[in-house]
Amino acid sequence: MRQEAIDAMSPYMSGIYANPSGSHRFARLARKAIDEARDDVAEALGCKVGEVIFTSGGTEGDNAAIFGAARNRGGISICSAAEHHAVLHCVENLHGRVVSVDATGVIDIAELEAALQDPQIAGNVSVVSVMAVNNEVGSISPLRQVAKVVRAHAPNAVLHTDAVQAACWQDLREISKLVDVLSVSAHKFGGPKGMGITMQRLGLQIDPLIVGGGQERDRRSGTHNVAGIMATAAALRVTDQTRNEEVARVTKLRDALVDGVCSEIEDVLETVPRDKRVAGIAHMCIAGCESESVLYLLDEAMICASAASACASGAMEPSHVLTAMGVDKQHSMGALRMSLGHTTTESEIDRAVNAVVGVVRQLRRNKIKA
Amino acid sequence: MKVLVAMSGGVDSSVAASELLDQGHEVVGVTMRLWGGESDTGCCSVSDVDDARRVAQQLGIDHLVFNFSDDFNKHVVAPYVQAHVDGITPNPCIECNRHLKFDRLSERARVLGFDAVATGHHAQVSRDATGTYRLTRGHDELKDQSYVVYMLDQAELAYTMFPVGHLTKAQVRDRAVALGLRTATKPDSQDVCFISKTGGRETFLGNRIEFRKAAVVTADGEKAGAVDALELVTIGQRKGLGLPGGGPKQFVVDVDTPNARVVIGNEEQLLRTGLAVGNVMWANVAPGVGERVLVQCSAHGAAIAATIENLAPLVLRFDEAQRRIAPGQSVVCYDITNSHVLGGGIAEAVNPTSN
Repeated sequence: MRQEAIDAMSPYMSGIYANPSGSHRFARLARKAIDEARDDVAEALGCKVGEVIFTSGGTEGDNAAIFGAARNRGGISICSAAEHHAVLHCVENLHGRVVSVDATGVIDIAELEAALQDPQIAGNVSVVSVMAVNNEVGSISPLRQVAKVVRAHAPNAVLHTDAVQAACWQDLREISKLVDVLSVSAHKFGGPKGMGITMQRLGLQIDPLIVGGGQERDRRSGTHNVAGIMATAAALRVTDQTRNEEVARVTKLRDALVDGVCSEIEDVLETVPRDKRVAGIAHMCIAGCESESVLYLLDEAMICASAASACASGAMEPSHVLTAMGVDKQHSMGALRMSLGHTTTESEIDRAVNAVVGVVRQLRRNKIKA
Repeated sequence: MKVLVAMSGGVDSSVAASELLDQGHEVVGVTMRLWGGESDTGCCSVSDVDDARRVAQQLGIDHLVFNFSDDFNKHVVAPYVQAHVDGITPNPCIECNRHLKFDRLSERARVLGFDAVATGHHAQVSRDATGTYRLTRGHDELKDQSYVVYMLDQAELAYTMFPVGHLTKAQVRDRAVALGLRTATKPDSQDVCFISKTGGRETFLGNRIEFRKAAVVTADGEKAGAVDALELVTIGQRKGLGLPGGGPKQFVVDVDTPNARVVIGNEEQLLRTGLAVGNVMWANVAPGVGERVLVQCSAHGAAIAATIENLAPLVLRFDEAQRRIAPGQSVVCYDITNSHVLGGGIAEAVNPTSN
């Protein structure tokens, strides 16, 4: 977590432990704190203060948007094939429609437009959910075009974006103005795990996913996680203020990482072109190496990387994103995702390049022997 | 040595990991995720992976999960289904050992730089005076699992460790209790891991293949009964054949898949002295024709005296007639003192001549 976030939450875990919905003096102090936090978040999101909802994270935000819209309006839910499971599984659960993505992992606009005009569902679309940035490969969605076709062909549909991976690298104001609902996770920008923010347009007809005490203007019940909210707002504030410099700095590091690996080992696919993805994700597909083996040896070399999403048992699942993008099995089995952030340094990149190159060489050498 | 121990979440592999640590090895635990479908018995269910991980944490070793579900489906589940279609009685646990534990996993371990793979099987690897590796029966006669790992050749035996093979099951449990392992009292797994207790084999196969109705006939071709699913009938079976009550005991003596007929007969008609075996592999060099061996045809079956009548194809001749072995079952030859595995293969559908 960012130090600013830890500092911001500490007072609310000891001295000011009150429930902000109460009426006594300590409750009022807690209420003042989250009111101010909400102001800061609204500023960073470029939305009205009343449009900010604090949640338990991106998964809740995604579920609330899709199930909330479907429950309120009925009709069909639509998303892209490369969405995070927090979106994809909601749409599948509702027997909605999944639109293909292109080779870079972004939604096929023509297919989306055709789906919205399909006589079977035209006029009966409850929600369209398209991620701002893909969580595995980092590709940036053409949300402006998505918004254009959705508004043209399904003006009554809710347009939602899972912006979890965008928060660090893109100005959320530019995204929020295009959509009706936007959800982010705090831990992606240095805030606490188990916290998130949803921006929901005022007056938008969506049923709440969680009902109870009526917090967050009846849109999300449950006692406020005051410390979590304070830390989330603090982390977002710093992220927003330092974003431009960080994007420039991390882009250089990311390019150095990918260039370093690709110059030393053969048959590595840079999964998405650099101009089509955000700074913080270096995604490569290494032919002839299995992700599980690469990750194990990288871990031994003290490099913590990832491949795709893990299932409940902790096993790596084949990536639905790479499958949707049409990456061949020889490459997709060797998927390697390395994430960079505000703490990443140049010397760490040098170490990572050496480790990846060493690991891939070892695996390819041993494979011939085995 | 750096050892990768396969941890299923059961007590044997838990203690195996602990034994390796006691021997001073560098140990990493791994649980293979094999089956993605629904099942409540599986050795790869989430709760079993949790058990394996928690034991690894208790022992202070790293724990990995490898997803081999594609290979498991290809080498174990799909052939299991096809075997039933073909009128063969498969042994999926042996195929899992052959293709997953002692092929996919050991290859992965080699690539990652491990010196050996270990499992919790009750079997032992020893070396004779010439340095040849031997797969020896587990110390606990009742729990011996050398039968299910008979496919190990010299290269695999050299790379494999069975750290609990020298212990009795009771000793294994005692050690687990002494270590406070959460798996200490966990029951032994009995069932095919990908088949749920509630639905059973019938439901599993029924979801994947269309069952054929079949007539049950005597050796003379006289109709005696009927079954709804030819695919579920096994040689030696007595129940569920739609036969009238009373009369002498009747057994399935043959499953005629092409003609969708189940042939029944009395016990005598089920007896054979000859057994043809395919897909044969030997732990070291092949024995000679005329060599006396003991033959085991099920996981806890008796070892029966026989002579090697022919080597290629392998034909075994029992001293005394035995109930016919269902095609698809593994047939494992032990040395005549019943101490170690010589090799084995899969029972063939055809009967050897001079029956």
